Amino acid sequence: MIDEKRLTHLKQLEAESIHILREVAAEFSNPVMMYSVGKDSSVMLHLAMKAFAPAKLPFPLLHVDTLWKFKEMIEFRDQRAKDLGFDLVVHSNPEGIEMNISPFEHGSKVHTDVMKTQGLKQALNKGGYDAIIGGARRDEEKSRAKERIFSFRDKHHRWDPKNQRPELWNVYNTAIQKGESVRVFPISNWTELDIWQYIYLEGIPIPSLYFAREHEVVEMDGVKIMVDDERMPEELRKTAKKEMVRFRTLGCYPLTGAINSTATTLPEIIKEMLLSTSSEREGRLIDKDQEGAMELKKIEGYF
Amino acid sequence: MDIINYLKEHENKDMLRFLTCGSVDDGKSTLIGRMLYDSKMIFDDQLAAAESESKKYGTTGEKIDMALLVDGLQSEREQGITIDVAYRFFATENRKFIIADTPGHEQYTRNMVTGASTADVAIILIDARKGILTQTRRHSFIVSLLGIEHVVVAINKMDLVDFSEDVFNEISASYGALADELGIKNTYYIPVSALDGDNVVDKSENTPWFAGKPLLGLLDGMDISKEIKAENFRFPVQYVNRPNLDFRGFCGTIAAGSVEVGDEITVLPSGKTTKVKSIINAGDISEANKNATTAEARVQMAITITTEDEVDISRGDMIVHTKSLPRVSNSLKVMLVWMDEKPMTLGRAYDIKRATSVVSGSFEHINYKIDVNTYERTQVERLELNDIASCKILLTRPIAADSYKENKETGSFIVVDRISNNTVGAGMIVGVTKRDEDKSVHSHKTYSDAEKALNKYIRDNFPEWDCKEV
Repeated sequence: MIDEKRLTHLKQLEAESIHILREVAAEFSNPVMMYSVGKDSSVMLHLAMKAFAPAKLPFPLLHVDTLWKFKEMIEFRDQRAKDLGFDLVVHSNPEGIEMNISPFEHGSKVHTDVMKTQGLKQALNKGGYDAIIGGARRDEEKSRAKERIFSFRDKHHRWDPKNQRPELWNVYNTAIQKGESVRVFPISNWTELDIWQYIYLEGIPIPSLYFAREHEVVEMDGVKIMVDDERMPEELRKTAKKEMVRFRTLGCYPLTGAINSTATTLPEIIKEMLLSTSSEREGRLIDKDQEGAMELKKIEGYF
Repeated sequence: MDIINYLKEHENKDMLRFLTCGSVDDGKSTLIGRMLYDSKMIFDDQLAAAESESKKYGTTGEKIDMALLVDGLQSEREQGITIDVAYRFFATENRKFIIADTPGHEQYTRNMVTGASTADVAIILIDARKGILTQTRRHSFIVSLLGIEHVVVAINKMDLVDFSEDVFNEISASYGALADELGIKNTYYIPVSALDGDNVVDKSENTPWFAGKPLLGLLDGMDISKEIKAENFRFPVQYVNRPNLDFRGFCGTIAAGSVEVGDEITVLPSGKTTKVKSIINAGDISEANKNATTAEARVQMAITITTEDEVDISRGDMIVHTKSLPRVSNSLKVMLVWMDEKPMTLGRAYDIKRATSVVSGSFEHINYKIDVNTYERTQVERLELNDIASCKILLTRPIAADSYKENKETGSFIVVDRISNNTVGAGMIVGVTKRDEDKSVHSHKTYSDAEKALNKYIRDNFPEWDCKEV
């Protein structure tokens, strides 16, 4: 049924993403790629390496470190930078550090706002980037389904969902004034399943937190949180139990829910995903703060 | 099922992009929600969220409002209408699907045009009780304008006409006449009830007289392949990759045809010729091997080409087969969709982005404006938001121009306002016009180097003067 001459869906998605990445490198003077160390970032990095081979990446990778990421993520990040030889820029909000912001003490809303959203804005202002490549996918959340691939941001990094530029064919409008920027999402059209299949097919390295293993976890608001360090309040740590778990997304460890799982290989993860009945963001505590939470965060400048 | 085998099968899926056209009351969002829900792309937590929102904004009483599963932005949920293009995804055994979900009202024509620009197939919803309406004519016109070759007519709310075969046949026949008028190549008709799921995923028992496939089965098996004409190779140069003195590669996505190592190629608009020395298919590159070359590559592939000779090639150029040259011109006849609140003004300079090239140009003349509902042509002097018109455009530099009918990738362009930077229009090349003004570009007068330098200085620094290249 499939014409031999049509590319498979993964090859079509790959080519589309590479086209977008090259368009950024060609049209902007100071682009940067967000790197969050997760599986989507891993795929983006892989696509970027393909887009510009045999040359090195023509832009740096930026990691906004909230200082509450899983320890393993930081080790993995530094190892990848060493192996692939890309420029890595790491930024943590100094005001947040001074205030000693903690998700346990200040809650997810304040922590995310200060360390993630504000931290991101600082890093972007500091770097003066005109294009910021991000790994958001349209299947993740309803407001993302409507975002453009080249998504315009004003001087204050704000998104205006009701006034987006029309985006037709694969012709992207990259025109901006000084001080404005564009967020670019090369994997907009990938689904979670596409990401996993591609990681499997291409053998892309990802942090081992995605695979099931015994970890110490505690229950917080009905979500299993891994004990990653001693900053977790002692009364919580006392309740820790060893469980076979893995993570469907990676972020700040106190805000990232683990799921019980026995999947230790990629095919097993994919199988589990196909059979699961809850979407991947369910494990993220920040989206539940309020209805339409993601849309509001995006308007404020969050990815 | 064995997961390893499952993954093998799914490596080789095809991809199909489709557009859904309909207005609020047609049950468009309900149909999409139904497809996602029945193909298990809606997860329990999303369903729970929709359930809680149904109580707040829902319009379906006790049932979960399927439309709330897909209406993304909060303002839309409050108003109960779809105002922007949203993209959704689901997959079957054979295909991955991308749905462009667009609003149907006339004031959102530009959004529908946007959604239609990337679609292989359009689904047009018709309310069985109402038949073909003005909006059906509008949607069908846009679908044909954007060159979508496959149209599925979903005759919805069949439950409200007692699943009457006569009603279905009547509407199908009148739509057939409309499709002929517009030159839509392939049409398919299905009686559905999006609310209850009749003929959406599974064949309905309520329509025993209907011999066709349900909607999902039809989309899953539809042949959308196009013949690849190898000789009509089109390669818009996107990025020049020059990591060191030994390597100079030209990156881009093949817009049409195919290419082999050794092929004789011409670079347009300069007209310089050379041969393909090597082709690197980005898809083949691994962490271990950054120099994976291939003997040939074809349309849709993102590749890097190196050439036998050191010819001057830069972003925005088009590489084609020497034996099959497109026409090169700065004067084009186009169909234009105006997408900005600020009207289009004749003679004003806009930036025209076609594939990877940006050239300034101005619209010289509006041949006619076409009414999207009645298809009537009228003479106008300017274009307002959502107007669609046949125009003549004069570019400050010539480009290699294919018609949109022949090649969507190289025959399409966007119009960018040079002050606001907004995308204000979308255009499709109809053909090259032979005009007197062509002479101004291919002038017989010879200019001195100083005159040429002055001309370049003016063009570079005062683009608003619309100075022509000598």
